[in-house]
Amino acid sequence: MPILEVSNISKSFSDGYAVYDVSLTAERGEIVGLLGPSGCGKTTLLRLVAGLEQPDSGSISFDGVTLDGMAPKDRGFGLMFQDLALFPHMDVIGNVSFGLRMQHLAKDEVRQRVDDLLGVVDLTGYGHRKVHELSGGERQRVALARSLAPKPKLLMFDEPFGSLDRGLRESLQTEVRAILKEIGVTSIYVTHDRDEAFAMADSIVIMDKGSVVQAGTAQELFKAPRSELVARSLGLKNVMLGTVATPGVESPIGVFPIDDPALGNNVGARVLVLIDDRQVSIKQQGGSAEGPALEGIVDSIQFHGGESDLVIRIGEGKLSCLVRPGDVSMALAAGDSVSVVVPPHAVRLVLLDR
Amino acid sequence: MTARRLIIIGPLVYLTVFFLYPLGAILAKSLDADPFIGFGPFSRLLGDSYYLGRIWFTIWQATVSTMLTVAIGLPVAYLFAKHEFPGKTVLKAVSTVPFIMPTIVVAMGFIALAGPQGLLNSALMDILSLDNPPIRITNTLTIIFLAHAFYNYSIIVRIVSTFWANLNPRLEESAAMLGARRFDTFIYVTLPLLLPAIVSSAVLAFAFAFTSFGVVLVLGGSQFATLEVATYELTAKLFRLELAGALAIIQMLFTYAFLLVYTRFQAGAAVRVDLVPREATSSHKRGTGQTLFLIAFVFGLLAMLSPLWALFERALSSGGGYSFTHFTGLFSNESGSYFYRSPVTVIWNSVRFAAATMAISLVVGTIVAYFLARPRRHGAGVLDALFMMPLGVSAVIMGFGFLIAFNRDPLDLRASWFILVIAHSLIAYPFVIRSVLPALRGMPVQLREAAAVLGASPTKTFLHIDLPILSRALLVGSTFAFAVSMGEFGASLLLVRPEFTTMPVAIFRLLSQPGAANIGQALAMSSILMVIVAAGFIAIERFRYKDMGGF
Repeated sequence: MPILEVSNISKSFSDGYAVYDVSLTAERGEIVGLLGPSGCGKTTLLRLVAGLEQPDSGSISFDGVTLDGMAPKDRGFGLMFQDLALFPHMDVIGNVSFGLRMQHLAKDEVRQRVDDLLGVVDLTGYGHRKVHELSGGERQRVALARSLAPKPKLLMFDEPFGSLDRGLRESLQTEVRAILKEIGVTSIYVTHDRDEAFAMADSIVIMDKGSVVQAGTAQELFKAPRSELVARSLGLKNVMLGTVATPGVESPIGVFPIDDPALGNNVGARVLVLIDDRQVSIKQQGGSAEGPALEGIVDSIQFHGGESDLVIRIGEGKLSCLVRPGDVSMALAAGDSVSVVVPPHAVRLVLLDR
Repeated sequence: MTARRLIIIGPLVYLTVFFLYPLGAILAKSLDADPFIGFGPFSRLLGDSYYLGRIWFTIWQATVSTMLTVAIGLPVAYLFAKHEFPGKTVLKAVSTVPFIMPTIVVAMGFIALAGPQGLLNSALMDILSLDNPPIRITNTLTIIFLAHAFYNYSIIVRIVSTFWANLNPRLEESAAMLGARRFDTFIYVTLPLLLPAIVSSAVLAFAFAFTSFGVVLVLGGSQFATLEVATYELTAKLFRLELAGALAIIQMLFTYAFLLVYTRFQAGAAVRVDLVPREATSSHKRGTGQTLFLIAFVFGLLAMLSPLWALFERALSSGGGYSFTHFTGLFSNESGSYFYRSPVTVIWNSVRFAAATMAISLVVGTIVAYFLARPRRHGAGVLDALFMMPLGVSAVIMGFGFLIAFNRDPLDLRASWFILVIAHSLIAYPFVIRSVLPALRGMPVQLREAAAVLGASPTKTFLHIDLPILSRALLVGSTFAFAVSMGEFGASLLLVRPEFTTMPVAIFRLLSQPGAANIGQALAMSSILMVIVAAGFIAIERFRYKDMGGF
């Protein structure tokens, strides 16, 4: 039984729908990652759940209680904004204790809880620092402690680590996830960064243009992406649309055999052709490789430290191919003709809904 | 030192001769009456219950005026900051009209509205068939408070609403998410964050009320003399120059203290809070109650302008009907006054002095703005402070200083119209700085560097890069300088010769003569002055540089 249920919610602004007919659920203690490009409606969805915006239609319920028309302060939720919105005129203690003071808790109790929380976010001794004296990472911790202080029933994050550099972001992700899991608070985590979503969330909801495109655990999504967009959102490199035909699946770069008989029966059906760029190889002169070779021309080559990303133009499409250090293909240049071997186990075919 | 830096010597000489020298003359005058003790005039003043009373009165009338000003300004600031409604831009422009009006026009507006023969009284007498005017607030404190609030509330509105609109709305939303009620959010989050803006604008309003001259002189009469009025009377009527000097010094100490507080809080308002673009913050939602409230608000604002409507109405009405009698009356000198000048001469005087003031202020203000905008160097603070010092000296003190400094060789300027223009420009050039400096600071350095790399000489860079970018700010600054000169009253009253009579002085002279015809003509002259100043501002309202930065 999910604790948060968002049902068919829509919200439009003067420039059109920001959120259209969105439904999603979260189990108690679950961290749901909301993944999508900027402007896809993630933040609006969060604001609707928080009560900062009112939906045009649809409803939201939490723990069996309908939230329609309930003021944000009465929902008992927490929200960590992208810009954190720490109160600049208060010190760390002032910020963290704000929610507790609003509940008119006893002074001792407030102090105790603030001390505990500063310990949790590893900021013991920072209580009297001013907000502007803190580093980026420290601000994130203060914002987290402030959100946790009133013991929210649901905690929402709106890309809170977006402004941090990569190393700090990754260490904070691990830390925050550990804290959330220990407390067991149900959370929604909004991000446009798939790695962050995978690192933080138990399940992922992919949004695009105001709607949910697919939801599930990372494994489920990887196994059966429902559209080209989902596959790309997951970071897959070679995503192509193909059509089931008699000898095999026709794709822009060539025809691939079908090993699943059930799929072969759906002649004319559309499928996603996913090719693992790590298993594609460039045919060496005189060497033997399994599978048929495709003839193409090198389009570009991009060096990423260790490996290189070789993009090859084949037929009407392009194929990405990961080249490891030491491989002679490293010496290739744009315009060279190559033969590419795509082994059968590198190709995955996913039947799309009609 | 390069030639470009040497150019600052111009404004330095100007300030030394026309500001520091008169200031020194005042100081010398206030000390020289009693060479042995040196503080004779000061001890005389501070031992005199009348002058102690003037100091005390000036402080508390300014305090009450400021409280009233803030009470009116804050709600208006809130509506402008947090609500979008049709006609908002026009209404915002309208709400600043009182501030840009000459003080003498505001004072005349209040006489036209609430004076014995004012619009309200004559209407009430008609409706209720009364023989005597029911509203009697001229020569009372009430009308002074009202006029100060009317004159200054737009300072609060401008500064606070700009700040409020740019306040990050997530802060208030965060408070709501943490369980704060709207009231708590306002008390614990919004208000503390607005405080620097509120305090700095209130200090400004206080300083204006503290140094108020025209309003108090015209509406209050001598029993309500502020320090400014007392200084004027000591100079022009009692010829006790050493006492006037001492009083001027005392008043200047106060104003510099205010300026210090203002600068402190303004700096606080500038750095601490993260500001976001205003589109993101104001609400478009409107319920029925809100619509009604907004309609009431619009009417409230129009009512706030009523002294200016009344000014027109009274200027045009005579003997129960409407005519141009008061305007044509300006052309005749029935009392045969020595001071009389034709309205054409008076208007021409005001306009040409204002044009000359504008030119001087523009040159001085622009050079100083460049100087202030340059990268900070060690010890630069003293010069910065010097250039902003004229802001703290009131018009009457400026006039008084000129009177005692330029009355003998080598600088005997008493008979010249130039003395007026210089006095006006000292009051006006800080307005040019205020307008140009933000534009200058906002101008990317790379633009000039790019032009230099492309082979442009410094002069060419200035003409083709700086000038087009600064043109709006310069336009706004010069319009302010023009308006300041058109409306300048305190210094002009002390310095003017009959042949150089300006409009505000002419209005005051008409008002000082008995008879309804003279009041009518004063009203007529005031409406002309109001139209000239308003025309200037309507022309630039479309060119305003940016809403950020306030005054």
